[in-house]
Amino acid sequence: MIRYYLEFEKTIEELELKIEELKRISDGKDIDISSEIKKLEKKVKELRSEIFSKLKPWQKTLIARHPERPYTLDYINLITSDFIELHGDRRFSDDPAIVGGVAKINDIPVIIVGHQKGRGTKERIYRNFGQPHPEGYRKALRLMKLAEKFKRPVITFIDTPGAYPGIGAEERGQAEAIAVNLMEMARLRTPIISIVIGEGGSGGALALGVADRLFMLEHSIYSVISPEGCAAILWKKNGDFSSEDFSKAADALKLTAQDLLSFKIIDGIIPEPLGGAHRDPEGIAKKISEFILTAIEELKTKTPGKLIEERYKKFRKIGSFKEETE
Amino acid sequence: MAWFKKTKGIRTDKKGKIPEGLWVKCDSCKEIVYKKEIDKNLKVCPKCNYHFRISARERLKLLVDEGSFVEMDEGIVSVDPLNFKDTISYKDRIKEKQKKSGLKEAAISGDALIKGYPVSLIIMDFSFMGGSMGSVVGEKVSRAAERAVEKKQPLIIVSSSGGARMQEGIFSLMQMAKVAAAIGRLRDNGILYISIMCDPTFGGVTASLATIGDIIIAEPKSLIGFAGARVIEQTIKQPLPDNFQRAEFLLEHGFIDIVVGRKNLKETLAKLFELLL
Repeated sequence: MIRYYLEFEKTIEELELKIEELKRISDGKDIDISSEIKKLEKKVKELRSEIFSKLKPWQKTLIARHPERPYTLDYINLITSDFIELHGDRRFSDDPAIVGGVAKINDIPVIIVGHQKGRGTKERIYRNFGQPHPEGYRKALRLMKLAEKFKRPVITFIDTPGAYPGIGAEERGQAEAIAVNLMEMARLRTPIISIVIGEGGSGGALALGVADRLFMLEHSIYSVISPEGCAAILWKKNGDFSSEDFSKAADALKLTAQDLLSFKIIDGIIPEPLGGAHRDPEGIAKKISEFILTAIEELKTKTPGKLIEERYKKFRKIGSFKEETE
Repeated sequence: MAWFKKTKGIRTDKKGKIPEGLWVKCDSCKEIVYKKEIDKNLKVCPKCNYHFRISARERLKLLVDEGSFVEMDEGIVSVDPLNFKDTISYKDRIKEKQKKSGLKEAAISGDALIKGYPVSLIIMDFSFMGGSMGSVVGEKVSRAAERAVEKKQPLIIVSSSGGARMQEGIFSLMQMAKVAAAIGRLRDNGILYISIMCDPTFGGVTASLATIGDIIIAEPKSLIGFAGARVIEQTIKQPLPDNFQRAEFLLEHGFIDIVVGRKNLKETLAKLFELLL
């Protein structure tokens, strides 16, 4: 199996290739090197724990964008049953960068909406690399309103580099589409649970994230600007950046799940399997579904009025300032 | 006493800012115009009607009844939640901007009268860190919105901002949700909210408070959008259409109600109040 390894995983890659080679050599032969293989496997595990126990924010960014990382539709397949995808914003078109529909999680009917990145060049282009147009956000809101009407909880999966910067997107009101989602989600009279599964890229991510409960996967990120964008603004080098610049920017932005939990912006971190979510999609999906079910359990007894009052307060108190009196 | 007073040379590096000197190059039509003529004309280019950026205090003078403005929440100041440092620390940058602009933050807030109508008012100032919205601007807007509900008076926000403030990271991003939620409450309570967009209004400010007004007004030729033109050009790798992201472009695409010149703004607001309140 050919896997995609990140730069800082090179030592792991070498060992794992060696293990595979040994397995191939020993296959069908009399020589027994299983103890050797076991030793190497143990070493890989140790090495991986070592590397993953002290990931830097930029490394987490790369994991959050890992091409093998599970995306919204993967989780929908793993977590839900009876999923029916619903399409279109009823105004302009259907945006493949956001998917959504009705489904059941553990026999509880829910509405699910999420950013969708593509796998492989063709699908990536089709999904516009998970960068929605205004119609994507309007579809998302339409489905959330549907959830409100039929008193279903809303589950959103956040995973986008950001809302798409293009001519059509501007012409059709990218900013307005996001703003309306923020306002309407704050007023939605049904529970909203959001999970950042990969990249939480600025306003384009937040437009699905005004929730009663907000969780992040252990190696996901959530930021006002990408490390690349931040580096470009701070160190204006005309596109000539090294990963060291991005690393510095990622440090400065404090964009990891752990940072956001310490700021009390999110309600919890969903632990990932060793090596990242893509190493065990079923395992992480099960954890995600547990978090969702617990949150639904907590929220379902609240009246719509209480829900939106608490949601309002949750966001209203976010801010870091002091007040001087003269 | 010196015989000659040293005057600063014309700086053309900073876009949209009126340089010191007798002559000014218009940012829109690139014509060289006599500065006094622009000043007399409410800082509007007499050749092309481009509205130069003006400070929050200048704006206030044009917009509200004389002596009616009572500033509020002026004591809210930034702290540095991320301990952010680029070339200088965020803390020092704030201090530097405060000294330079005489403002404490990128927006002023207060109650005022506009042709006798009481309003809650927020005015952003682009000269203070690009009018960017961090925790302070977010808090001022939210409080102004809540006061508008309490006092049953319209909320007026004059935007001029590059968007969310990078130096406060996720806190700035979350201000977008916070202000949108606060403005949502105006809808529930039947309170009028008029958003006025000036040059430039972008990013997290356009994508939150500025585009959800009951009525949205823009100054002529103002640049308004979500993503900046440079980012879009780099992404799509083709030139942008003429007039792209100008107020008139947004009007044509249905995202603002009226383009109103600075001269007529106060009058227009008063008329809207008369017709709606």
